[in-house]
Amino acid sequence: MSETRTRGPRTGGLEGILPRLVLAPTFVAILVFVYGFIAWTAWISLTGSRLLPNYKFAGFAQYLTLFTREPRWWVAILNLFIFSSLFIAFCIALGLILAVLLDQRVRAEGFFRTIYLYPMALSFIVTGAAWKWILNPDLGLERLVQQLGFSGFTFRWLVDSKMAIYTVVLAAVWQSAGFVLALFLAGLRGIDDSIIKAAQVDGASLPRIYWRIIIPSLRPVFLSSVIILSHIAIKSFDLVIVLTRGGPGYATDMPATFMYAFAFNRGRLAFGAASAMVMFLAVMALIIPYLYSELKGTRNA
Amino acid sequence: MPRQAITLEAGRGPGPSLSLGRVLVYAALIAAAVFFLVPFFVMAITAVKSMEDIRTGNLISWPRQFTLEAWSKAWDTACIGVNCVGMKGYFWNSVRMVVPSVILSTLIGAMNGYVFSKWRFPGSETFFSLLLLGCFIPFQVILLPMSLTLGKLGIAQSVQGLILVHTVYGLPFTTLFFRNFYVTIPEEIIKAAKIDGAGFFRILRRIVLPVSAPIFVVSIIWQTTQIWNDFLFGVVFSGSGSQPVTVALNNLVNTSTGVKEYNVDMAAAIIAGLPTLLVYIISGKYFVRGLTAGAVKG
Repeated sequence: MSETRTRGPRTGGLEGILPRLVLAPTFVAILVFVYGFIAWTAWISLTGSRLLPNYKFAGFAQYLTLFTREPRWWVAILNLFIFSSLFIAFCIALGLILAVLLDQRVRAEGFFRTIYLYPMALSFIVTGAAWKWILNPDLGLERLVQQLGFSGFTFRWLVDSKMAIYTVVLAAVWQSAGFVLALFLAGLRGIDDSIIKAAQVDGASLPRIYWRIIIPSLRPVFLSSVIILSHIAIKSFDLVIVLTRGGPGYATDMPATFMYAFAFNRGRLAFGAASAMVMFLAVMALIIPYLYSELKGTRNA
Repeated sequence: MPRQAITLEAGRGPGPSLSLGRVLVYAALIAAAVFFLVPFFVMAITAVKSMEDIRTGNLISWPRQFTLEAWSKAWDTACIGVNCVGMKGYFWNSVRMVVPSVILSTLIGAMNGYVFSKWRFPGSETFFSLLLLGCFIPFQVILLPMSLTLGKLGIAQSVQGLILVHTVYGLPFTTLFFRNFYVTIPEEIIKAAKIDGAGFFRILRRIVLPVSAPIFVVSIIWQTTQIWNDFLFGVVFSGSGSQPVTVALNNLVNTSTGVKEYNVDMAAAIIAGLPTLLVYIISGKYFVRGLTAGAVKG
């Protein structure tokens, strides 16, 4: 350790432990507030706690109830699947198409980019409030189309328990597509031009070059987008609350709103904790392999 | 090297010759722009209408008479739940919550990032991975213990409690930003400084901080947007005197008593969204850098 030797005479032992000292508060905070709290929640989920926490072990009863005797949980899971698949598919499709279009040396590219990305700066609550008004069953889109001459037009997805989940998808895509666009655009700009030039010399058309060379080389961006969007989807809470409050009934419930309802409104702490643990495990199953490959990649680079 | 990931300049393609293809490209781009702009346009135009106007017109009909009544009502007297006090108090709650949490999490994150990149020690990489994982936990898994702990600490339902929560759970992100930025400072410069006898703080002050302005901007913008826009922590950990603006907006648009005033809802939504929107418009480049940091490997 030559570094320690050169440092030693000037500043003494303090310098040696300074890096550890600087990280110590964060270390303690993360240990307690992240990992300690996860363990705490896990513990609560294994008890019979209702309004107040008690710490008497009760086995996996809560998890059993969750999956076998709580239809609302399955509604939440089903909604999560519907929501995530549509949300991810539309965000990626829209983001990729817009990125490719923006990559065509268009004028005012910065202007378009600014417009596509601004929803990301807004809170889901603001987005939800806006779409709640646009989709208003009486005065919103329905009224607009009726006034355009289609007097029989009805559009009541927001209060239709079969369709309400799609309103959440619509608002979420509106908010997040720009983000995927930014990821793809950055990916496109990172591609080596010489490969494309070579293909052009060979007489390949531009759409063909995109389809066969450029888009396949964006695989890592697809992966990042899917991971990040799934992560947003699993955590989605704000948008559901403001748009539909999980309703009509609990038709648009998702795991995050389910957890909130049971843990904080209905006073079933252990049950809410169990649902939180399931969410946590699902996210970890998704994230850990991804992070592992990302970190390994950075170290080798 | 994730830092240089975002260079959004200069595209590819056939160049600016006018052809059918070019026209289609612009048509599609403009159609998409309309899709993204219409909701904001609807919000803005609704907020300057009277309720009479809203009932007789439609979403995009031009107001027959502009009025700012909805704005003053949204700010001063609109009923948030049962309290008819407008958004102003909640807006200031958000400010009181955002400013300290952004400063704290950014400063601590900068120090952490400096250590993680330039003063590694055995175990620091493992700790960094553990910290990174903290970016991804669904917060539902810490809500219950946190609310019990805030109660024990005597800061339940207070702005101080929210500051603590936002600072702690912001740290993984701010640390990641600074660490990824600082690894791009060449190791040789640091080594040379160490040989010259410069220590931890001297290197920080003389070499690292002078080049840190961009990453401070990224971190501050990211944290400001995240914390201002947060709803989950706000709704779980705040009380009647400390609710942030997002919680108030949700309560306002979901109030079911009395006549629904959509113009007031939309004015309130714009009030709640304006600060982060301004941040984005003023500093879009840095905003995008925060968004994509860590998502794209350079």
